[in-house]
Amino acid sequence: MSAEPAGAPLAELRGVTKVYGQGQAALQALKGIDLTIEAGEFVAIMGPSGSGKSTMMNILGCLDNPTEGAYVFRGTHLEQTSRRQRALVRRHYLGFVFQGFNLLARTSALENVELPLIYRGEPHAARRKAALAALASVGLEGWERHTPAELSGGQQQRVAIARALVSHPVLLLADEPTGNLDTQRGREVMELLASLNRDRGLTVVMVTHEADMAVYAQRVVHFLDGVVDRDHRKGGTH
Amino acid sequence: MLWNSLLLAVRAIRRNVLRSFLTILGVVIGVASVIVMVTLGDGTTQSVKEQMQSLGANLLTVRPGMRMGPGRDEALAPNFKMADVEALAAQIAAAQAVVPTAGSTVTVVYGNKNWQTSATGSTAAYFQTNNWRLASGRFFTEAEALGGRAACVIGSTVRRELYGTESPVGTEMRVKSFSCEVVGLLASKGQGGMGMDADDTIIIPLRTLQRRVRGNDDVTGLQVAVKEGASVDAVIEQIKGLLRERRKITEGEDDNFSVFDTRQIADTLSSMVRTLTMLLGSVAAISLLVGGIGIMNIMLVSVTERTREIGIRLAIGAVETEVLSQFLIEAVALSSLGGLVGIALANAVALGVTRLIEVPYLFNPGMNLVSFLFSALIGVVFGYFPARRAARLDPIEALRYE
Repeated sequence: MSAEPAGAPLAELRGVTKVYGQGQAALQALKGIDLTIEAGEFVAIMGPSGSGKSTMMNILGCLDNPTEGAYVFRGTHLEQTSRRQRALVRRHYLGFVFQGFNLLARTSALENVELPLIYRGEPHAARRKAALAALASVGLEGWERHTPAELSGGQQQRVAIARALVSHPVLLLADEPTGNLDTQRGREVMELLASLNRDRGLTVVMVTHEADMAVYAQRVVHFLDGVVDRDHRKGGTH
Repeated sequence: MLWNSLLLAVRAIRRNVLRSFLTILGVVIGVASVIVMVTLGDGTTQSVKEQMQSLGANLLTVRPGMRMGPGRDEALAPNFKMADVEALAAQIAAAQAVVPTAGSTVTVVYGNKNWQTSATGSTAAYFQTNNWRLASGRFFTEAEALGGRAACVIGSTVRRELYGTESPVGTEMRVKSFSCEVVGLLASKGQGGMGMDADDTIIIPLRTLQRRVRGNDDVTGLQVAVKEGASVDAVIEQIKGLLRERRKITEGEDDNFSVFDTRQIADTLSSMVRTLTMLLGSVAAISLLVGGIGIMNIMLVSVTERTREIGIRLAIGAVETEVLSQFLIEAVALSSLGGLVGIALANAVALGVTRLIEVPYLFNPGMNLVSFLFSALIGVVFGYFPARRAARLDPIEALRYE
């Protein structure tokens, strides 16, 4: 990773396509996407299922390579990377929050949050300190020893956010983070994400299909049939 | 990275204690059975050697007939006479002693108790060549042996059966139809070879046995003690030549007697025990292999069951080799743990069983170490395939897995 050129976008997709399968059975999930994510933005991605928003998130999150097009992340082209390179980008620059929380079962909140730091090779004491701080920052002080089964859905999602934050990512990718929560818990999680964006300048890209939740974002991008349908920035034009 | 993988593996094992235990059970049993088999084999070999040692080293046994045990043809293989004994003693320079023996099964009576035992008639040198020690009293003397006196030395089993705790020395015991003075009590030799009780015996002068029990002057066996440093093989050849001459066996005819070397018998027995140990050990090793397959099976199930977990790990930035080494280390940790438990179990069982069957318990550090390393190797071999499968999962697919 080279240093970030001044003024350059954090992440940029140019003419990205994604085709699953071959020949007759080929499915074109993305039909040429251009999308730029600026540092410090809070972007909500909306669209019906099958519109390509999850595929785009997988590419943005370095879980998959595009079929065609360019993906430039912090000035570096990532469109044709190996499995290992993508894993290292995820490890060092990205944080993930999922709809289903995806915490390790029978494992304490603390150990769950420590996990990314283990892969980063942080020493034990630093790891513990950072994990405790991350849990405190999502308001879970005193819940460190509890396993996911002993936590409510909202608490579990906050553990997941702490796990995403603990490695200080430059981009947080959230895939329907409120999908498994009731409205009240959902709002709390959104408040948390919004405050992280506002106070820490953390860039957040979030997929949601709830308009209630999208209002927390400064920018809403609508997907339809594998293309960007609308890209709307609040308090500004695009 | 190794330390981290170990940490993750230990956490994963700890999360599922019962299944981890069931997983290692196959390896525990496999390692335990290999070690128990080999330890018992070693102990038995040792025990055979000790017993043969107690028969006396450098001792040759000559018997009529071509094979040991019953079923020989008396007419074709006549017994020896005292003249044969004298001839051997006179003509074989390397023979330290030539001891004649004759045996018979007799009933012995003392007070209101009777007991059936084997009586051996011999000379005073018999005690020395057969490594008998005294518990009390004395052996009969050469003069008593020549005079055919009714003096007997009894084994500890006979003493237990007839006298209980009473001292037998100086008493008169009835042997078959004659009365015999008990002059000595033998120290116990314990269990003899092949389950025989070496202490269930009485020893009386040969002449007494011939006259009063067998009613003839036959000598049914010869023991030749070879002098220290002399060639046992040369002595065997001399005995054979002399006896063929005396028994008028013509050129080309087979011997009608056999010469046994006690060391040879010990070697034969030891090698039989070794073969048996290897056979049982191999069977046990197969069960160890089955234990390894058990680990692979559970690891594969575990990989499928933990697909989502693997997806999470990959998503947050684990590279393929880290997931591989985590699962591999998990398998190795499990199988080594199984090895350790198996070693502990095996030595406890072996200790108990060796006591039970009265063979020495020999701890074999090399074999225990090899068993442990082998159990760890099983983890590597059978853990690799499931671990590779885990490492190659697609993170997107794995996260979607329900």
